[in-house]
Amino acid sequence: MSKINSSRQNRIKFGIYLILSVGFISAMAMSLKNKTAITLSSTDDKISLTKADKENSDPSETKKRLEAESKEAFIAAYKVFMHPRCLNCHPAGDVPLQGDDSRLHPQGVKRGMDGKGLFALKCKNCHQDTHIAGEHMPPGHSGWHLPPANLKMVFEGKSPKQLAMHFKDPKFTGFKSLDKMLEHVEKEPLVLNSWTYGTPPPLSHEEFVARVKEWMEKGAAIPDK
Amino acid sequence: MINLKVNGKNYEVDVDPSTPILWVVRDALGLTGTKFGCGAAQCGACLVHLDGDGIRSCISPVSRAIGKEIVTIEGLDEKLSKPLQEAWIQEDVPQCGYCQSGQIMAAAILLRDKPNPTDGDIDDAMTGNICRCGTYQRIRKAIHVAAKLKK
Repeated sequence: MSKINSSRQNRIKFGIYLILSVGFISAMAMSLKNKTAITLSSTDDKISLTKADKENSDPSETKKRLEAESKEAFIAAYKVFMHPRCLNCHPAGDVPLQGDDSRLHPQGVKRGMDGKGLFALKCKNCHQDTHIAGEHMPPGHSGWHLPPANLKMVFEGKSPKQLAMHFKDPKFTGFKSLDKMLEHVEKEPLVLNSWTYGTPPPLSHEEFVARVKEWMEKGAAIPDK
Repeated sequence: MINLKVNGKNYEVDVDPSTPILWVVRDALGLTGTKFGCGAAQCGACLVHLDGDGIRSCISPVSRAIGKEIVTIEGLDEKLSKPLQEAWIQEDVPQCGYCQSGQIMAAAILLRDKPNPTDGDIDDAMTGNICRCGTYQRIRKAIHVAAKLKK
């Protein structure tokens, strides 16, 4: 009788071990799967993985797709960065650019240490709080300025690859993280002002922000050229 | 009615707030030292000081000056106007003279901010003031003289 009981107890114990083992292996497998997803992207809620991605047994395919889309998003946003409304205040030299042909600013004004001009040629002397009505009159904004001398953030002459690499470099942007750069693109009043005068950039501000965000969220990939 | 402070005096002027400061000081206040050149902030002939900044009065609505002080060539502080005037006479700077009011107002800001300017500083400070007679070399020389006289 005791032998029969002992055998039954052993079978129960074995059953419990089996259940625990299966549970443990399943948990490990789930954990590994999640880790793979995190490697691919920052967070699942930020990136919309397609159904195919979720079912995809090859994570490298998803990674490739995200990288390609990230580059594509940057190329779209690049057209705005290099548009005269943005580029003119990110010149290679210390003289700002002007107009749709990005010519040198006629009065020969210069950046100055703080980016706000020099002596009697301060930006704000002509670029007032609002646009001045009339053709060839100076557009305005209360914070009109160039990037300062210690952080020139030159866009002029930069390829998509160079600009994307710059944007990921805090020494270029002065921003500690890409999130801060996105905030600048999204909320900086002087950036928003670029859509209020002259020939507007090729994307709306909303589309531009969406493309920059997409570039970042899909891995901030560096374009090939 | 708009209350203005010009050259240390308070004025009440009956003009539209969008009237350029240039026409208020010239027509309403009779301060004709400030000149009309281009009307588009291109030449610098209309330069006046607004709370110390060298603004182009032809494109600045008078509403911009409310609560601030305008200084025209007539009211420039003697510490700056005297050495500049003497230097301008010594170097015989003006030819036709039309732009010289704006030139001197720009030079005054340079000397205030940089008492011993280099040629490069002078170029940076004066490049926005056009002179059809081409007196640029004499202007540069006179600014160096004024810097010495100011000491």
